[in-house]
Amino acid sequence: MRHDHLITSKQLTRGDIETILDRAAEIDADPSAVADRHTNTLLGLLFFEPSTRTKMSFETAMKRLGGDVVDMGSVESSSVKKGETLADTVRVIEGYTDALVLRHPKQGAAKMASEYVDVPLLNAGDGAGHHPTQTMLDLYTIRENAGLDDLTIGIMGDLKYGRTVHSLAHALTNFDVRQHFVSPESLRLPREVVYDLHQADDGAGIREHESLEEILPELDVLYVTRIQRERFPDEQEYQKVAGEYQIGPETLEAAGDDLTIMHPLPRVDEIDPAIDETDHAAYFDQAHNGVPVRMALLDLLLSDDGATDRIGGAADE
Amino acid sequence: MSDTHDHHDGDDDHELRVSKIRSGTVIDHVRGGQALNVLAILGIDGSEGEEVSVGMNVPSDRLARKDIVKVEGRELSQDEVDVLSLIAPDATINIVRDYEVIEKHRVEPPEIVAGVLSCPNAGCITTSGEPVSSRFEVLEDGVRCDYCGTIVRDEIAGLIDT
Repeated sequence: MRHDHLITSKQLTRGDIETILDRAAEIDADPSAVADRHTNTLLGLLFFEPSTRTKMSFETAMKRLGGDVVDMGSVESSSVKKGETLADTVRVIEGYTDALVLRHPKQGAAKMASEYVDVPLLNAGDGAGHHPTQTMLDLYTIRENAGLDDLTIGIMGDLKYGRTVHSLAHALTNFDVRQHFVSPESLRLPREVVYDLHQADDGAGIREHESLEEILPELDVLYVTRIQRERFPDEQEYQKVAGEYQIGPETLEAAGDDLTIMHPLPRVDEIDPAIDETDHAAYFDQAHNGVPVRMALLDLLLSDDGATDRIGGAADE
Repeated sequence: MSDTHDHHDGDDDHELRVSKIRSGTVIDHVRGGQALNVLAILGIDGSEGEEVSVGMNVPSDRLARKDIVKVEGRELSQDEVDVLSLIAPDATINIVRDYEVIEKHRVEPPEIVAGVLSCPNAGCITTSGEPVSSRFEVLEDGVRCDYCGTIVRDEIAGLIDT
Protein backbone atom coordinates (compact mmCIF):
# COMPACT_ATOMS: atom_id res chain seq x y z
CA MET A 1 0.00 0.00 0.00
CA ARG A 2 1.29 3.41 -0.86
CA HIS A 3 1.18 5.97 1.88
CA ASP A 4 0.38 9.31 0.38
CA HIS A 5 -1.09 12.40 1.95
CA LEU A 6 -3.56 15.02 0.75
CA ILE A 7 -2.40 18.35 2.13
CA THR A 8 -3.38 20.98 -0.45
CA SER A 9 -5.20 21.09 -3.75
CA LYS A 10 -1.99 22.54 -5.23
CA GLN A 11 -0.44 19.09 -5.25
CA LEU A 12 -3.14 17.73 -7.57
CA THR A 13 -2.93 17.79 -11.35
CA ARG A 14 -5.94 17.95 -13.63
CA GLY A 15 -5.54 14.22 -14.17
CA ASP A 16 -5.52 13.55 -10.43
CA ILE A 17 -8.67 15.61 -9.96
CA GLU A 18 -10.47 13.87 -12.79
CA THR A 19 -9.49 10.49 -11.37
CA ILE A 20 -10.94 11.42 -7.98
CA LEU A 21 -14.14 12.85 -9.47
CA ASP A 22 -14.62 9.90 -11.80
CA ARG A 23 -14.19 7.46 -8.92
CA ALA A 24 -16.67 9.50 -6.86
CA ALA A 25 -19.18 9.32 -9.72
CA GLU A 26 -18.78 5.51 -9.91
CA ILE A 27 -19.36 5.21 -6.18
CA ASP A 28 -22.26 7.67 -6.28
CA ALA A 29 -23.94 5.59 -8.97
CA ASP A 30 -23.59 2.32 -7.06
CA PRO A 31 -22.48 2.69 -3.43
CA SER A 32 -23.28 -0.95 -2.66
CA ALA A 33 -20.49 -2.06 -5.00
CA VAL A 34 -17.89 -0.77 -2.52
CA ALA A 35 -19.71 -1.61 0.71
CA ASP A 36 -17.16 -4.26 1.70
CA ARG A 37 -14.12 -2.74 0.06
CA HIS A 38 -12.36 -1.58 3.22
CA THR A 39 -13.53 -3.87 5.99
CA ASN A 40 -11.12 -3.89 8.95
CA THR A 41 -9.90 -0.45 7.98
CA LEU A 42 -9.87 2.13 10.75
CA LEU A 43 -9.80 5.87 10.15
CA GLY A 44 -8.62 8.28 12.88
CA LEU A 45 -10.53 11.55 13.15
CA LEU A 46 -8.49 14.33 14.74
CA PHE A 47 -10.57 17.49 14.85
CA PHE A 48 -9.01 20.30 16.83
CA GLU A 49 -11.73 22.68 15.62
CA PRO A 50 -15.51 22.23 15.49
CA SER A 51 -16.91 20.48 12.42
CA THR A 52 -20.24 19.01 11.42
CA ARG A 53 -20.28 18.29 7.69
CA THR A 54 -16.63 17.42 7.16
CA LYS A 55 -16.36 15.19 10.20
CA MET A 56 -19.67 13.38 9.71
CA SER A 57 -19.15 12.90 5.99
CA PHE A 58 -15.72 11.34 6.58
CA GLU A 59 -17.25 9.09 9.22
CA THR A 60 -20.10 8.14 6.89
CA ALA A 61 -17.69 7.59 3.99
CA MET A 62 -15.45 5.23 5.95
CA LYS A 63 -18.40 3.25 7.27
CA ARG A 64 -19.99 3.00 3.82
CA LEU A 65 -16.71 1.50 2.58
CA GLY A 66 -17.00 -1.19 5.24
CA GLY A 67 -14.51 0.36 7.68
CA ASP A 68 -14.86 2.19 10.94
CA VAL A 69 -13.58 5.30 12.69
CA VAL A 70 -12.03 6.26 16.00
CA ASP A 71 -12.54 9.84 17.09
CA MET A 72 -10.19 11.88 19.26
CA GLY A 73 -13.22 13.73 20.60
CA SER A 74 -13.09 17.33 21.68
CA VAL A 75 -9.84 19.08 22.48
CA GLU A 76 -11.08 19.62 26.03
CA SER A 77 -11.39 15.89 26.63
CA SER A 78 -8.10 14.89 24.99
CA SER A 79 -4.42 14.91 25.95
CA VAL A 80 -4.08 18.13 24.00
CA LYS A 81 -5.56 19.76 27.08
CA LYS A 82 -2.54 18.45 29.01
CA GLY A 83 -0.17 20.18 26.61
CA GLU A 84 0.61 17.36 24.19
CA THR A 85 2.00 18.58 20.86
CA LEU A 86 0.28 17.84 17.57
CA ALA A 87 3.42 16.01 16.46
CA ASP A 88 3.08 13.59 19.39
CA THR A 89 -0.68 13.18 18.99
CA VAL A 90 -0.48 12.12 15.35
CA ARG A 91 2.41 9.76 16.04
CA VAL A 92 0.39 8.02 18.73
CA ILE A 93 -2.85 7.78 16.77
CA GLU A 94 -1.17 6.52 13.60
CA GLY A 95 -0.30 3.41 15.60
CA TYR A 96 -4.01 2.75 16.07
CA THR A 97 -5.32 3.50 12.61
CA ASP A 98 -4.82 3.04 8.87
CA ALA A 99 -5.30 6.71 7.94
CA LEU A 100 -5.79 10.07 9.64
CA VAL A 101 -8.06 13.02 9.00
CA LEU A 102 -6.83 16.22 10.62
CA ARG A 103 -8.49 19.57 11.17
CA HIS A 104 -6.42 22.12 13.09
CA PRO A 105 -6.59 25.87 13.67
CA LYS A 106 -2.98 26.49 12.60
CA GLN A 107 -1.93 26.98 8.97
CA GLY A 108 0.56 24.34 7.89
CA ALA A 109 -0.55 21.92 10.63
CA ALA A 110 -1.41 19.15 8.18
CA LYS A 111 1.87 19.54 6.34
CA MET A 112 3.84 19.34 9.56
CA ALA A 113 1.80 16.40 10.85
CA SER A 114 2.35 14.51 7.59
CA GLU A 115 6.08 14.69 8.20
CA TYR A 116 5.62 12.65 11.38
CA VAL A 117 3.42 9.81 10.11
CA ASP A 118 3.54 7.05 7.54
CA VAL A 119 -0.19 6.37 7.20
CA PRO A 120 -2.11 8.57 4.74
CA LEU A 121 -3.10 11.91 6.24
CA LEU A 122 -5.90 14.04 4.80
CA ASN A 123 -6.09 17.74 5.57
CA ALA A 124 -9.63 18.58 6.65
CA GLY A 125 -8.82 22.27 7.12
CA ASP A 126 -5.75 24.01 8.55
CA GLY A 127 -6.69 27.43 9.91
CA ALA A 128 -7.05 29.95 7.11
CA GLY A 129 -4.94 27.74 4.86
CA HIS A 130 -6.40 24.90 2.83
CA HIS A 131 -9.32 22.47 2.72
CA PRO A 132 -8.62 20.18 -0.24
CA THR A 133 -11.30 17.54 0.36
CA GLN A 134 -13.95 20.28 0.40
CA THR A 135 -12.52 21.41 -2.92
CA MET A 136 -12.97 17.96 -4.41
CA LEU A 137 -16.68 17.94 -3.52
CA ASP A 138 -16.97 21.53 -4.77
CA LEU A 139 -15.47 20.52 -8.10
CA TYR A 140 -17.69 17.46 -8.25
CA THR A 141 -20.73 19.70 -7.77
CA ILE A 142 -19.53 22.22 -10.35
CA ARG A 143 -18.90 19.43 -12.86
CA GLU A 144 -22.39 18.00 -12.30
CA ASN A 145 -24.05 21.38 -12.79
CA ALA A 146 -21.94 23.23 -15.34
CA GLY A 147 -18.99 21.13 -16.47
CA LEU A 148 -15.42 22.12 -15.66
CA ASP A 149 -14.20 24.00 -18.73
CA ASP A 150 -15.13 27.23 -20.46
CA LEU A 151 -16.68 28.49 -17.24
CA THR A 152 -16.96 31.84 -15.51
CA ILE A 153 -17.03 31.46 -11.73
CA GLY A 154 -17.60 34.14 -9.11
CA ILE A 155 -16.24 33.49 -5.63
CA MET A 156 -17.65 35.90 -3.08
CA GLY A 157 -17.38 36.66 0.63
CA ASP A 158 -14.50 36.20 3.05
CA LEU A 159 -11.69 35.51 0.64
CA LYS A 160 -8.96 36.38 3.13
CA TYR A 161 -9.61 33.73 5.76
CA GLY A 162 -11.71 31.35 3.67
CA ARG A 163 -9.69 28.17 3.31
CA THR A 164 -12.32 26.60 1.05
CA VAL A 165 -11.82 29.54 -1.31
CA HIS A 166 -8.03 29.22 -1.32
CA SER A 167 -8.15 25.51 -2.15
CA LEU A 168 -10.85 25.89 -4.78
CA ALA A 169 -9.08 28.76 -6.54
CA HIS A 170 -5.86 26.75 -6.78
CA ALA A 171 -7.65 23.70 -8.14
CA LEU A 172 -9.59 25.69 -10.74
CA THR A 173 -6.35 26.84 -12.37
CA ASN A 174 -6.17 23.32 -13.82
CA PHE A 175 -9.24 24.06 -15.94
CA ASP A 176 -10.37 26.63 -18.48
CA VAL A 177 -12.09 28.79 -15.90
CA ARG A 178 -12.28 32.57 -15.50
CA GLN A 179 -12.29 33.37 -11.79
CA HIS A 180 -13.85 36.55 -10.40
CA PHE A 181 -13.23 37.25 -6.71
CA VAL A 182 -15.77 39.50 -4.99
CA SER A 183 -15.16 40.82 -1.49
CA PRO A 184 -14.81 43.94 0.62
CA GLU A 185 -11.33 45.44 0.42
CA SER A 186 -10.53 44.19 3.92
CA LEU A 187 -11.25 40.55 3.02
CA ARG A 188 -9.49 40.25 -0.33
CA LEU A 189 -7.47 37.17 -1.24
CA PRO A 190 -4.16 36.88 0.64
CA ARG A 191 -1.20 37.91 -1.48
CA GLU A 192 0.17 34.39 -1.23
CA VAL A 193 -2.88 32.99 -2.97
CA VAL A 194 -2.82 35.70 -5.63
CA TYR A 195 0.87 34.95 -6.19
CA ASP A 196 0.10 31.26 -6.77
CA LEU A 197 -2.79 31.99 -9.09
CA HIS A 198 -0.64 34.30 -11.18
CA GLN A 199 2.11 31.70 -11.23
CA ALA A 200 -0.39 29.09 -12.40
CA ASP A 201 -1.82 30.94 -15.37
CA ASP A 202 -0.14 34.34 -15.58
CA GLY A 203 -3.17 35.84 -13.92
CA ALA A 204 -5.02 35.88 -17.23
CA GLY A 205 -8.17 34.34 -15.80
CA ILE A 206 -8.31 36.17 -12.49
CA ARG A 207 -10.10 39.39 -11.57
CA GLU A 208 -10.90 41.02 -8.21
CA HIS A 209 -14.04 43.11 -7.54
CA GLU A 210 -15.84 44.78 -4.67
CA SER A 211 -19.26 44.58 -6.31
CA LEU A 212 -21.09 41.48 -7.51
CA GLU A 213 -23.21 43.51 -9.91
CA GLU A 214 -20.17 44.12 -12.12
CA ILE A 215 -19.93 40.51 -13.14
CA LEU A 216 -23.10 38.68 -12.09
CA PRO A 217 -24.63 38.42 -15.59
CA GLU A 218 -21.49 36.66 -16.87
CA LEU A 219 -21.40 33.98 -14.21
CA ASP A 220 -22.06 30.27 -14.66
CA VAL A 221 -21.36 29.55 -10.99
CA LEU A 222 -21.47 31.77 -7.90
CA TYR A 223 -19.64 30.35 -4.88
CA VAL A 224 -20.69 32.23 -1.75
CA THR A 225 -18.95 32.17 1.63
CA ARG A 226 -19.89 33.78 4.91
CA ILE A 227 -18.65 37.28 5.62
CA GLN A 228 -17.21 36.68 9.04
CA ARG A 229 -18.42 39.48 11.24
CA GLU A 230 -15.92 38.54 13.93
CA ARG A 231 -13.00 39.33 11.60
CA PHE A 232 -13.86 43.02 11.36
CA PRO A 233 -12.13 45.28 13.88
CA ASP A 234 -15.10 47.64 13.79
CA GLU A 235 -18.82 46.75 13.65
CA GLN A 236 -19.53 49.81 11.51
CA GLU A 237 -17.07 48.57 8.89
CA TYR A 238 -18.91 45.26 8.80
CA GLN A 239 -22.31 46.95 8.48
CA LYS A 240 -21.05 48.94 5.49
CA VAL A 241 -20.42 45.81 3.48
CA ALA A 242 -22.69 43.12 4.94
CA GLY A 243 -25.77 43.87 2.87
CA GLU A 244 -23.71 44.09 -0.31
CA TYR A 245 -22.83 40.43 -0.12
CA GLN A 246 -26.23 38.85 0.41
CA ILE A 247 -28.05 36.96 -2.31
CA GLY A 248 -31.81 37.34 -2.54
CA PRO A 249 -34.40 36.84 -5.28
CA GLU A 250 -33.96 40.44 -6.39
CA THR A 251 -30.20 39.92 -6.76
CA LEU A 252 -30.80 37.13 -9.21
CA GLU A 253 -32.84 39.24 -11.60
CA ALA A 254 -29.55 40.17 -13.24
CA ALA A 255 -28.25 36.59 -13.28
CA GLY A 256 -28.33 34.07 -16.07
CA ASP A 257 -31.03 31.40 -15.99
CA ASP A 258 -28.44 28.65 -15.59
CA LEU A 259 -26.52 30.21 -12.73
CA THR A 260 -25.51 27.64 -10.11
CA ILE A 261 -25.21 28.96 -6.55
CA MET A 262 -22.92 27.14 -4.15
CA HIS A 263 -21.91 27.59 -0.51
CA PRO A 264 -19.69 25.36 1.64
CA LEU A 265 -22.10 25.94 4.57
CA PRO A 266 -22.88 26.80 7.27
CA ARG A 267 -24.62 29.92 6.01
CA VAL A 268 -25.93 32.67 8.22
CA ASP A 269 -27.63 35.29 6.10
CA GLU A 270 -25.61 35.24 2.87
CA ILE A 271 -28.27 33.39 0.90
CA ASP A 272 -31.96 34.08 1.36
CA PRO A 273 -33.87 30.83 2.07
CA ALA A 274 -36.18 31.83 -0.79
CA ILE A 275 -33.35 30.75 -3.14
CA ASP A 276 -33.35 27.22 -1.71
CA GLU A 277 -36.23 25.94 -3.79
CA THR A 278 -34.98 27.44 -7.05
CA ASP A 279 -32.96 25.61 -9.69
CA HIS A 280 -30.04 27.88 -8.82
CA ALA A 281 -29.45 26.34 -5.39
CA ALA A 282 -26.83 23.60 -5.35
CA TYR A 283 -25.51 23.95 -1.81
CA PHE A 284 -27.39 21.08 -0.19
CA ASP A 285 -26.44 18.73 -3.04
CA GLN A 286 -22.92 20.08 -2.60
CA ALA A 287 -22.93 19.04 1.07
CA HIS A 288 -24.36 15.60 0.21
CA ASN A 289 -21.61 15.10 -2.37
CA GLY A 290 -19.13 15.09 0.51
CA VAL A 291 -19.83 11.41 1.13
CA PRO A 292 -19.15 9.88 -2.32
CA VAL A 293 -16.21 12.21 -2.87
CA ARG A 294 -14.61 11.33 0.46
CA MET A 295 -15.35 7.65 -0.18
CA ALA A 296 -13.44 8.03 -3.45
CA LEU A 297 -10.51 9.78 -1.75
CA LEU A 298 -10.29 7.17 1.01
CA ASP A 299 -10.59 4.36 -1.49
CA LEU A 300 -7.84 5.75 -3.69
CA LEU A 301 -5.49 6.48 -0.79
CA LEU A 302 -6.11 3.23 1.10
CA SER A 303 -6.22 0.72 -1.72
CA ASP A 304 -3.35 -1.66 -2.31
CA ASP A 305 -4.62 -2.78 -5.70
CA GLY A 306 -2.94 -0.08 -7.70
CA ALA A 307 -5.76 2.40 -7.35
CA THR A 308 -3.46 4.96 -5.76
CA ASP A 309 -1.28 4.91 -8.84
CA ARG A 310 -4.12 6.72 -10.54
CA ILE A 311 -3.51 9.71 -8.30
CA GLY A 312 0.23 9.41 -8.40
CA GLY A 313 0.64 13.11 -7.83
CA ALA A 314 -1.13 12.96 -4.51
CA ALA A 315 2.10 12.50 -2.63
CA ASP A 316 3.83 14.64 -0.09
CA GLU A 317 4.10 18.14 -1.37
CA MET B 1 48.70 46.47 1.88
CA SER B 2 45.01 46.98 1.24
CA ASP B 3 42.35 44.36 0.72
CA THR B 4 42.46 43.80 -3.04
CA HIS B 5 38.69 44.08 -3.42
CA ASP B 6 39.06 47.79 -2.68
CA HIS B 7 40.60 48.40 -6.09
CA HIS B 8 37.75 46.93 -8.09
CA ASP B 9 35.10 49.32 -6.93
CA GLY B 10 37.11 52.50 -7.01
CA ASP B 11 36.20 53.09 -3.38
CA ASP B 12 39.73 53.07 -1.92
CA ASP B 13 39.39 56.28 -0.01
CA HIS B 14 36.18 55.19 1.57
CA GLU B 15 37.50 51.71 2.33
CA LEU B 16 40.28 53.23 4.34
CA ARG B 17 37.71 54.60 6.75
CA VAL B 18 37.46 51.14 8.26
CA SER B 19 40.53 49.27 9.36
CA LYS B 20 42.14 46.52 7.34
CA ILE B 21 42.07 43.05 8.80
CA ARG B 22 44.83 40.51 9.11
CA SER B 23 42.76 37.35 8.72
CA GLY B 24 39.04 36.87 8.51
CA THR B 25 36.20 37.93 6.24
CA VAL B 26 35.31 41.18 4.51
CA ILE B 27 31.71 41.38 3.45
CA ASP B 28 31.52 44.09 0.83
CA HIS B 29 28.73 45.57 -1.25
CA VAL B 30 26.12 45.11 1.44
CA ARG B 31 23.10 47.27 0.68
CA GLY B 32 23.23 50.52 2.59
CA GLY B 33 21.80 50.24 6.09
CA GLN B 34 21.95 46.42 6.29
CA ALA B 35 25.29 46.04 8.09
CA LEU B 36 23.77 45.58 11.52
CA ASN B 37 21.45 42.91 10.14
CA VAL B 38 24.49 41.16 8.68
CA LEU B 39 26.01 41.12 12.15
CA ALA B 40 22.74 39.77 13.54
CA ILE B 41 22.77 36.93 11.02
CA LEU B 42 26.32 36.09 12.00
CA GLY B 43 25.35 36.16 15.66
CA ILE B 44 27.84 38.92 16.39
CA ASP B 45 26.76 41.30 19.10
CA GLY B 46 30.16 42.19 20.56
CA SER B 47 29.66 40.18 23.73
CA GLU B 48 32.25 37.58 22.73
CA GLY B 49 34.99 40.15 22.19
CA GLU B 50 34.91 39.83 18.40
CA GLU B 51 36.95 42.38 16.48
CA VAL B 52 34.61 43.90 13.91
CA SER B 53 34.77 46.97 11.69
CA VAL B 54 31.67 48.38 10.07
CA GLY B 55 31.29 51.02 7.40
CA MET B 56 27.80 52.22 6.70
CA ASN B 57 26.40 54.15 3.76
CA VAL B 58 29.76 54.75 2.14
CA PRO B 59 29.68 55.79 -1.54
CA SER B 60 29.95 52.95 -4.03
CA ASP B 61 30.16 52.90 -7.82
CA ARG B 62 27.96 49.84 -8.02
CA LEU B 63 25.39 50.46 -5.30
CA ALA B 64 25.56 54.24 -4.81
CA ARG B 65 25.66 53.61 -1.05
CA LYS B 66 26.92 50.45 0.53
CA ASP B 67 27.87 48.96 3.88
CA ILE B 68 31.04 47.02 4.61
CA VAL B 69 31.57 44.54 7.43
CA LYS B 70 35.00 43.25 8.34
CA VAL B 71 35.24 40.40 10.82
CA GLU B 72 38.67 39.56 12.21
CA GLY B 73 39.55 35.92 12.81
CA ARG B 74 36.49 34.34 11.30
CA GLU B 75 35.78 32.79 7.88
CA LEU B 76 32.10 32.45 7.05
CA SER B 77 30.55 29.06 6.47
CA GLN B 78 28.46 28.41 3.36
CA ASP B 79 25.29 28.32 5.51
CA GLU B 80 26.07 31.77 6.83
CA VAL B 81 26.72 33.08 3.36
CA ASP B 82 23.44 31.57 2.12
CA VAL B 83 21.39 33.36 4.73
CA LEU B 84 23.36 36.55 4.33
CA SER B 85 22.42 36.54 0.65
CA LEU B 86 18.77 37.13 1.59
CA ILE B 87 19.42 40.61 2.92
CA ALA B 88 22.59 41.37 0.97
CA PRO B 89 22.05 39.84 -2.47
CA ASP B 90 24.80 41.96 -4.05
CA ALA B 91 27.41 41.19 -1.42
CA THR B 92 30.89 39.97 -2.16
CA ILE B 93 32.67 37.78 0.35
CA ASN B 94 36.42 38.22 0.68
CA ILE B 95 38.38 35.73 2.73
CA VAL B 96 41.57 37.36 3.99
CA ARG B 97 44.69 35.63 5.32
CA ASP B 98 47.80 37.58 6.28
CA TYR B 99 46.33 40.73 4.71
CA GLU B 100 45.86 38.98 1.35
CA VAL B 101 42.48 38.26 -0.18
CA ILE B 102 42.84 34.58 -0.93
CA GLU B 103 39.25 33.97 -2.01
CA LYS B 104 36.55 36.26 -3.34
CA HIS B 105 33.06 35.43 -4.49
CA ARG B 106 29.55 36.78 -4.86
CA VAL B 107 26.81 35.40 -2.68
CA GLU B 108 24.29 33.02 -4.27
CA PRO B 109 20.80 32.76 -2.81
CA PRO B 110 20.01 29.19 -1.67
CA GLU B 111 16.77 27.44 -2.63
CA ILE B 112 15.77 26.88 1.01
CA VAL B 113 16.73 28.41 4.34
CA ALA B 114 15.88 26.29 7.36
CA GLY B 115 15.91 27.10 11.05
CA VAL B 116 17.08 30.68 10.57
CA LEU B 117 14.01 32.86 10.06
CA SER B 118 10.82 32.96 12.14
CA CYS B 119 7.51 33.00 10.30
CA PRO B 120 5.71 36.32 10.90
CA ASN B 121 2.29 34.62 10.64
CA ALA B 122 1.01 34.08 14.18
CA GLY B 123 -1.36 31.48 12.73
CA CYS B 124 1.49 29.34 11.36
CA ILE B 125 2.15 25.95 12.94
CA THR B 126 5.88 26.78 13.23
CA THR B 127 5.07 29.47 15.80
CA SER B 128 3.05 27.29 18.15
CA GLY B 129 5.52 25.26 20.19
CA GLU B 130 5.62 22.22 17.92
CA PRO B 131 8.94 20.42 17.40
CA VAL B 132 9.37 21.80 13.90
CA SER B 133 12.01 24.12 12.48
CA SER B 134 11.04 26.97 10.23
CA ARG B 135 11.72 26.43 6.54
CA PHE B 136 11.48 29.07 3.84
CA GLU B 137 11.62 28.77 0.09
CA VAL B 138 13.73 31.56 -1.40
CA LEU B 139 11.87 33.45 -4.12
CA GLU B 140 13.32 35.96 -6.58
CA ASP B 141 12.16 38.84 -4.43
CA GLY B 142 11.58 37.39 -1.00
CA VAL B 143 11.02 34.23 1.00
CA ARG B 144 8.01 31.99 1.51
CA CYS B 145 7.16 29.86 4.55
CA ASP B 146 7.10 26.22 3.53
CA TYR B 147 4.31 25.47 6.02
CA CYS B 148 1.76 28.30 5.88
CA GLY B 149 2.79 29.86 2.55
CA THR B 150 3.29 33.37 3.91
CA ILE B 151 5.43 35.49 1.59
CA VAL B 152 7.81 38.10 3.00
CA ARG B 153 9.50 40.51 0.64
CA ASP B 154 10.80 43.63 2.33
CA GLU B 155 11.07 42.73 5.98
CA ILE B 156 13.27 39.63 5.88
CA ALA B 157 15.92 40.94 8.26
CA GLY B 158 13.24 41.32 10.93
CA LEU B 159 12.55 37.58 10.77
CA ILE B 160 16.06 36.54 11.66
CA ASP B 161 15.87 34.19 14.60
CA THR B 162 18.70 35.48 16.77
